Amino acid sequence: MPSEIVHLRGHIVDSLILPKVLDEIMDLNGTFEILDIDIGKRKTDPSRARLRVQAASHAHLDQILRRLARLGATPIQTKDVRLVQAMKEGVFPSLFYSTTNLPTEVRFRGRWRKVHAIEMDCGIVVNPSTGEARCTPVARIRKGDWVLCGTDGVRVMPLERARAPEVFQFMGSAVSSEKPKIQLIQRLAREMRVIKRAGKKILVVAGPAVVHTGSGPYLERLIRAGFVHVLFAGNGLATHDIESALYGTSLGVRLDRGIAVKDGHDHHMRAINTIRHLGGIRPAVRRGVLKRGIMHACVRRRVPFVLSGSIRDDGPLPDVITDTLNAQDAMRAHIPGVGLALMISSTLHAIATGNMLPATVKTVCVDINPSVVTKLSDRGTFQGIGIVSDAESFLRELTRALHL
Amino acid sequence: MCRPTYYTIAYEINPWMSLRRQINRTRAMAQWNRLHRVLTRTLRARVQLLPPRPGVPDLVFTANAGLIDGRTIIRSNFRFPERQREEPIVERYFARAGFRVVRLDRRFDFEGEGDALWMNGSLLFGFRFRSDAPTHERLARLLQARVLPVELVDQYFYHLDTCFCPLDARSALWFPKAFDRYGRKVIEALAEELIDVSEADAKRFVCNAVTIDQAIVVQEGASGMLRRRLERRGFRLFPVDLSEFLKAGGSAKCLVLRLN
Repeated sequence: MPSEIVHLRGHIVDSLILPKVLDEIMDLNGTFEILDIDIGKRKTDPSRARLRVQAASHAHLDQILRRLARLGATPIQTKDVRLVQAMKEGVFPSLFYSTTNLPTEVRFRGRWRKVHAIEMDCGIVVNPSTGEARCTPVARIRKGDWVLCGTDGVRVMPLERARAPEVFQFMGSAVSSEKPKIQLIQRLAREMRVIKRAGKKILVVAGPAVVHTGSGPYLERLIRAGFVHVLFAGNGLATHDIESALYGTSLGVRLDRGIAVKDGHDHHMRAINTIRHLGGIRPAVRRGVLKRGIMHACVRRRVPFVLSGSIRDDGPLPDVITDTLNAQDAMRAHIPGVGLALMISSTLHAIATGNMLPATVKTVCVDINPSVVTKLSDRGTFQGIGIVSDAESFLRELTRALHL
Repeated sequence: MCRPTYYTIAYEINPWMSLRRQINRTRAMAQWNRLHRVLTRTLRARVQLLPPRPGVPDLVFTANAGLIDGRTIIRSNFRFPERQREEPIVERYFARAGFRVVRLDRRFDFEGEGDALWMNGSLLFGFRFRSDAPTHERLARLLQARVLPVELVDQYFYHLDTCFCPLDARSALWFPKAFDRYGRKVIEALAEELIDVSEADAKRFVCNAVTIDQAIVVQEGASGMLRRRLERRGFRLFPVDLSEFLKAGGSAKCLVLRLN
């Protein structure tokens, strides 16, 4: 909905100008939100107020703003964004505006427009003919792109504090191994059901420890029950999941008995080789070679997955995207519509994903290492909770809470 | 005050003015002289005179020159270009008279005492047709006082002094219909006793009166009822015929700027 922020100063309370402004907005069928208000203490002290005014259309908003201007309530920001053309591919102009992960709007040709695909540490490219504003990472800048520079005409919407206490507010971003986990997981399960019903996506980022600790079957259950809509992982998780499907081991350790198998150390290479021979994970499922496991569940349930490569990968599997910039692009494509991101036992991919998510996505980071959890919340994931736990007990409890 | 030597209807910037209803110069001069005599001789007020100038007929309405605060004048920023020509004249006169001239940012329209009247320690400020609402905040800062902006809602009562007149610390004359319910509430809270004037009286500009202690110098022709009400409260009325000035939308108060 089109909106504008206006401010009012002076003896606006005694003179009833402030209530009049609010009444006028409502009479004209607009809505308002008081952002802040500061009332003068002595009779001679002025007061000030900042409001966000919203209306159904731009024309309607203009009508309200014109009336309010007469009462002395005027928009704070009246300048448009400054756009500078990129001179070189992959290089921002020097004064580029660097984004946060908060919802952001830019003022172009007198109107506020939402920035699409907001992500932290990127620039904003505006298409002058359509007015569309898009968040763009530096590597994807083309020569001639109009990039936003300076801070004029940009406004960032801070996230509202939740009014009702809910699981995310409850924990805040405090990381501690000393909070009651069971309650937390149960509230998380409730949240997941709500998100699924609302038609939003649940993104899971999983590290190979999920398979090593034997909690692969729990993740599989989540996928089959429709609680996972996108999976981000690396070569490691996929390889060991396939290894466990083909050989019952992960890194040569039997998952049912917990003992190392003779010559088990080459199981994962055989698994990789098999998939490489078949041309990929999907062909392996179609041909009936891969019959169980996380990746099998993804293919059967049509859950898209992005496997991003790293320098320590063996193989890798053909489905792994080895070019990091391409991998990032592939991940970005799945971000719109995500309501919750569950990051389990994966330092690298959790941080990569955390960097890409807008602040409005709720995130849960589970790791046995507290510093991973802290690292993620330090990066500014606002609606996040951290749970210090190993993958297996977390996933076990979560599937139980979801009655799976 | 300013002698109406060059006073005429040269343009139409308020609903009272009509180029077809021209001034009778002789009569205007006689009426103004009468007002001047009542103020100086009868009421013993000291009146300074701003020299009149051709091409600025509304200079006679000195109340709009600005707002006086001690030895400072906050000069008006006229809304209409026709009256903006008066601004440098006002500035020069007051600077020469030893006043500090304060100019508000051009963004803020302000028509002086016409829209700003002291009542009970607060400055009531009328806005919409000539002065801008945000100006009140500037005035409040300069004067270190509470300034209450109220919106004027009738274009015939386009300045605050056409529909509101403080009589003393407790009472004021007003025409309620010239304000909206917010303005009325504010004024009701400000003045202990309000005397409502009828529409007929209001259109005769009875609110545009000059008050000096218990004396009220007002346009002739006010209703008997109003006159009796005021006299009962101990005020003495001095009616003056200022009908030539009504043709420009002004009366007694508009023709005078209070220096103290």
